[in-house]
Amino acid sequence: MAVSQALAVELHHESPGARARRRLLKRKSAVLGLVVIVLFVLIAVFAPLITPYDPTQQIWTSIRRPPSPQHWFGTDESGRDLFSRVIFGARASLLAGVVSISIALGLGVPIGLLAGYGGKWIDAVIGRITDAMLACPFLILAIALAAFLGPSLQNAMIAIGLTAAPIFVRLTRGQVMAVKVEDYVEAARAVGNPPVRIAVKHILPNIMPALIVQATISIATAIIAEASLSFLGLGQQPPAPSWGSMLNTAQRFLTNAPWMAIWPGLAIFLVVLSFNILGDGLRDALDPKER
Amino acid sequence: MLLFLGKRLLQLIPTLFFVSVIIFGLQQLLPGDPALAMAGEERDPEVLEQIRKQYRLDQPLYVQYLYWVGGVLSGNLGESMRLKEPVLTLILQKFPVTLQLALMAIVISLTIGITAGVISAVKKDTPIDYAVNVIALWGISTPNFWLGIMLIFLFAVHLGWLPASGYVGLFEDPWLSLQTTILPAFVLGNSFAAVLMRHTRSAMLQAMSSDYVRTARAKGLAERVVVLKHAMRNALTPVVTLGALELGTLLSGAVLTEQVFSIPGFGKLIVDSVFNRDYAVVQGVTLVTATTYILLNLLADIAYVLINPRLRS
Repeated sequence: MAVSQALAVELHHESPGARARRRLLKRKSAVLGLVVIVLFVLIAVFAPLITPYDPTQQIWTSIRRPPSPQHWFGTDESGRDLFSRVIFGARASLLAGVVSISIALGLGVPIGLLAGYGGKWIDAVIGRITDAMLACPFLILAIALAAFLGPSLQNAMIAIGLTAAPIFVRLTRGQVMAVKVEDYVEAARAVGNPPVRIAVKHILPNIMPALIVQATISIATAIIAEASLSFLGLGQQPPAPSWGSMLNTAQRFLTNAPWMAIWPGLAIFLVVLSFNILGDGLRDALDPKER
Repeated sequence: MLLFLGKRLLQLIPTLFFVSVIIFGLQQLLPGDPALAMAGEERDPEVLEQIRKQYRLDQPLYVQYLYWVGGVLSGNLGESMRLKEPVLTLILQKFPVTLQLALMAIVISLTIGITAGVISAVKKDTPIDYAVNVIALWGISTPNFWLGIMLIFLFAVHLGWLPASGYVGLFEDPWLSLQTTILPAFVLGNSFAAVLMRHTRSAMLQAMSSDYVRTARAKGLAERVVVLKHAMRNALTPVVTLGALELGTLLSGAVLTEQVFSIPGFGKLIVDSVFNRDYAVVQGVTLVTATTYILLNLLADIAYVLINPRLRS
């Protein structure tokens, strides 16, 4: 009895961050997702130390070789080592996921705060622009943006970031609307805090959990979007490795070199799956209704 | 109902206005002289002059927009630089192909998604439920172009059961048409089936714990009747309207699927146009897709109100 009381007191004094971490660590699938993501990040960072070959080095004597002890994942149509290319491809994918969602957050959150906390008129205009952007299907808008900006990894990231921004505008606005009528916001207003300070100091920290969950799931979407744009030739340009462009090439050699299509696809699947299950776990861990 | 409809239609006007501004604005992202970028390989000064005249590039931006939007409203989406045909004609040629693919994908995903979602909810916390959840997660996380490539390898290259690519119209040869579209439709519907599975499961779980289901059970009705007639009918209302909304998202997914299976639809049109710098087609396809999505959204809203008697009043 005394032990459970002590535990209850301890849990009562737990910070929100610590509570979320404890809840997240209880979810095995989410932890597994996190471990795989960390693994991929380490692989991307230390790629030159891990890979046995230069990912762009063409070895014309080993064209389209199946997996072997020399080339674990086999080689491609130019004799390049697929294991090295998949490892280096992690850089483009993870970078695209993180950078494009940072752009989306950087644009979406302030605009969402403005919509939720600004006047009725500002909210109406921002709301209609957001509706209009959300009406354009994600990939088609990203393709159109990437087409007009020109094909490159950098432009693909900008295109994905701009396309994903309205999701964060709408989410932030909705959260602000719910939070701004709370007593602590009223109190902050009553003591004379300026609106910007209230928005940044009092509202933003309280809507962070929802933003973190959405950002995690959106990184998964962004990684698929980057792979899709690269698959179409609008993202990372050859000879730099990217999982999407590797799949594009692999499609042409499906009959005699099917291994070329397996590894990059599997890598995209694993990373996206990990972000999705981590997002699901975070949603449960950060849910205030969850006990 | 009429008031609701009128209000919803009025809301469409500013949304459509901003959609047109965004799509027109894409042109401004072109680096350097837009006429030069639009002309592609062409460097003939006469052609460049004609482009400047056609798009009124020498006029202020708002004048350019007004002419462009005026053309759009009268059904003129511009002309394809490469194919020398009106963009609207090209879109109308390709749209039925993508529509067939999208409708087949919806049928496949509704069948798989709803069945699996209902079974998963009824068998909650059993190995079947876990398996369905794992499959749903797999469906959401698999890029559809990779799935397409893998299925081509299995069913076309390895087993030789289905053609690897190409398209035959439904009215030309229905059997061959089915053979050429079944794999792409499955690939296109895969992730939507997964989304539906999750939605159906949670809607069914909510319905199964409601008072009316408890009453139906208390009356001594068979569990099959309780699940199919009482719980499912109520749980599926929001799920079915989600289907209408998802048709727009499927148009987006069709871009990659059509590319993988070499299907001459809407998606392939936009990708080919991107590489041929046929910007009027890119703008036209984006505009038509967005408008279709907005109208589907409206239809979904109306269907939701019509199905749900509590909202009708």
